[in-house]
Amino acid sequence: MGLGGFLGSVWQVELVRMVVLAAVVFTFLAVGGPLFLVLAERKISAWIQARVGPKHVGPHGLLQTVADTLKLLYKENIVPHRADVVLFSVAPVLVAVAALLDWVVIPFAPGWVVRDLNVGILYFAAVSSLTVIGIVTGGWASNNKYSLLGGLRSAAQMVSYELPLAFSLLLVATVTGTLSTVRIVEAQPYPAYLYPSVGVAAVVFLVAATAETNRIPFDLPEAEAELVAGYFSEYTPMRFALFQLGEYGSLLASSALFTTLFLGGWKGPFSLPWLGPVGNGLVWFLLKTYAVVFFLMWVRWTYPRFRIDQLLGLSWKVLLPVSMVNLLVAGGLVVIVR
Amino acid sequence: MNAEALAFYALAAMVLVGGALVVYSRNLVHAAVSLVPTLLGVAGLYVLLHAEFVTAIQILIYVGAITVLILFVILLTEGATGLRVRQRNEQVPLALGVCGALVVLLWVVLLRVPWGPAAGPLPPYNPGAVGRSFLMPYVLAFEVTSLVILASLVGAIVIARREE
Repeated sequence: MGLGGFLGSVWQVELVRMVVLAAVVFTFLAVGGPLFLVLAERKISAWIQARVGPKHVGPHGLLQTVADTLKLLYKENIVPHRADVVLFSVAPVLVAVAALLDWVVIPFAPGWVVRDLNVGILYFAAVSSLTVIGIVTGGWASNNKYSLLGGLRSAAQMVSYELPLAFSLLLVATVTGTLSTVRIVEAQPYPAYLYPSVGVAAVVFLVAATAETNRIPFDLPEAEAELVAGYFSEYTPMRFALFQLGEYGSLLASSALFTTLFLGGWKGPFSLPWLGPVGNGLVWFLLKTYAVVFFLMWVRWTYPRFRIDQLLGLSWKVLLPVSMVNLLVAGGLVVIVR
Repeated sequence: MNAEALAFYALAAMVLVGGALVVYSRNLVHAAVSLVPTLLGVAGLYVLLHAEFVTAIQILIYVGAITVLILFVILLTEGATGLRVRQRNEQVPLALGVCGALVVLLWVVLLRVPWGPAAGPLPPYNPGAVGRSFLMPYVLAFEVTSLVILASLVGAIVIARREE
């Protein structure tokens, strides 16, 4: 059933289902995303840099982010002098909503997907490209030169990296013959002769996804040292938190999509009989997703930041040609073997 | 009124309000950002027509790329100061005449065209059908379009590198 099925069934029921699912996914996103990931990021960075990290709020600092969120809720919202009030308020919401929309097509377990769209991965690419509008308008509306530069960098960077990302998606679509995320998971494991191509596509996807989520070594839009946090430097409490929600939400969504496309999604090497198919699927899916998240955090705390010209050069001169050749090779192999 | 009509009117309102904002905003950045709801509304109309592939492409290309490009260009020019720009000049009567003629033309076309029945049930997987029709019956038009895009790409690079 595609998007069209929405109109076929009783629409009031669909509407209620939609609202409930949005609430469920949003809760998952907020808890599994920023609330947990900010803590994980701080703990992992501390571990990598031989520090202790948050320790005092709750057992081993587990409640640190909860306390921080409560603090953010209590603080005053400040709009900078001569900022564009409407766009300034809309931008963080747009970023958070774009991160939320990603989750519509992610399959958590067999049958556990908000909606299995015919055009699943294309939809993912489309809605995740909405983030950049929020970042650019937020940077502009702050009426601050650093924010504006951050917004501009973000636009250049995200538009550049969307291409290699799209080529990786295209390769998966060529190999599996479908755009639906559920059927891509079902089509895995990939045949052995495609391992090199799929491997290259996976690496390209991971690099491009890191750039799309603005994380080190590609965090040019916020680069504290030169841009004073860039596009969100003027944002205070809850609006800043919404930007964080968007950032960690899309980090989690990218990892989930990587799991879906390249790591077999909900499938695992063995299954525990007492969990049932859905339980097993959920466990494997979340394990793999958070493993990818851990890998990205590991990268973040290990490598320094690129310069903006190196960053754009990497996309246009390395990743794009490599993915084009790779797509040709994979397409040729698929045609020959069939 | 059934759900489909309700959805249609809501989306049409979104497109029209967004479009009006694009035209009437005196701030260039506001005008560019107003393109977002307008184009998303059009994407919604495609959903109503069961054209999922076109919906995704509409969002990916128009909202995610073209609007960003327009914003990027505006931010690099004087339009980014946020100062209000003048919206009318001495050519208002001329523009009104052209718009009136266009409305009449569209109205006449709308009334004259024999709107046929739907072309039958849709294929269950329409991206495949879109791809096949690009590469089989419409391959010439498709290739010519790609050549035009390639030419403009090369032209843009040539213009951008002129300083050497």
